[in-house]
Amino acid sequence: MKSIRNYKKTQPAISTAALPDIVFILLFFFMTVTTIKSETLLVDNNLPQANQVKKLEKKDRVIEIYVGRPNQDLAKVLGSEPRIQLNNKIAHMNEVGPYVLQELAQKPDAIRNLVTVSLKVDKNVNVGVVSDIKEELRKVNLLKVNYTVFQGNSQ
Amino acid sequence: MPRRKGAPEVNAGSMADIAFLLLIFFLVTTTIETDAGLDRMLPPIEPPETDVIIRQKNIFTVNINKNGQLLVEDELMNLKDLRKAATAFLENNADGSCNYCKGRKDAASSDNPTKAIISLKNDRETKYSTYITVQNELVGAYNDLRNREAQRLYNRDFTEMESEYLNPETPTATRDDLKDKVKRIQDMFPQKLSEAETSTN
Repeated sequence: MKSIRNYKKTQPAISTAALPDIVFILLFFFMTVTTIKSETLLVDNNLPQANQVKKLEKKDRVIEIYVGRPNQDLAKVLGSEPRIQLNNKIAHMNEVGPYVLQELAQKPDAIRNLVTVSLKVDKNVNVGVVSDIKEELRKVNLLKVNYTVFQGNSQ
Repeated sequence: MPRRKGAPEVNAGSMADIAFLLLIFFLVTTTIETDAGLDRMLPPIEPPETDVIIRQKNIFTVNINKNGQLLVEDELMNLKDLRKAATAFLENNADGSCNYCKGRKDAASSDNPTKAIISLKNDRETKYSTYITVQNELVGAYNDLRNREAQRLYNRDFTEMESEYLNPETPTATRDDLKDKVKRIQDMFPQKLSEAETSTN
């Protein structure tokens, strides 16, 4: 008697046929929204704002240089002078040229003369550092630069 | 005893359809964030072989000091007036060779847009945000003029045409069509923004 009542109460199993679909959805979703390489910032990087901007459409044609004051953790060691960050490490001014050339050498031949250097400079930095970087870039004959900014009204 | 009272099984046949719908929705709506900024060409390091003589009246000098004050053509100027002054300089058209310009034809200002050069000088201690704001205003002056001409010729903004042209998702046929138009407008007001080495004091 008891066993029959138990049998009556048993719920039918939920179909799991759609589970793979849901999992694939999640997979695809995350595949789409995640950017492959997000660099860890070692310097403050609060970009200035401007509205007359052009988009940097092709990521593979961009070399990024970050400039800013070292962030809070590093400020004790490095002080508060603006520093340059190249590819996850703090670098000296004279490393900019070699780094950029090395990055350039990794690009395919066809796009080498289309490469743009994206300068991501904190808005509180003095222009002197930026001028020095530009001078370094001129020395290695990479003349296309982009002052990367946040889109918005300036001032 | 038959299972009469058990809940009926949910039909999951259409689940896959819903899943694909969601997938397609996210595929269409998500965009990977792209950076944007002000494009600039640096001057090559080796000086040109022949010296080009540029007359003083064709140069529009903008100086920024370390406090962020502007000295435009040897006069102190507010940032909000800069764009207007630059626009007036660019389309001044003193020699009358530019038939689409609406400038004042002031003999002491630039000859025509192809000869007009904006020279931007800054102090080493100028704040970067000020520097970008000034650059933005100067690019804005060019864009204003180019937009005006694009509106006149093609009934749309130059900036919009250019971004469509540069967008890799635009079909090739449209891009080819836009290429000539963009080029034509750019040639009407070529962007000649010179950034000399910064002064030390």
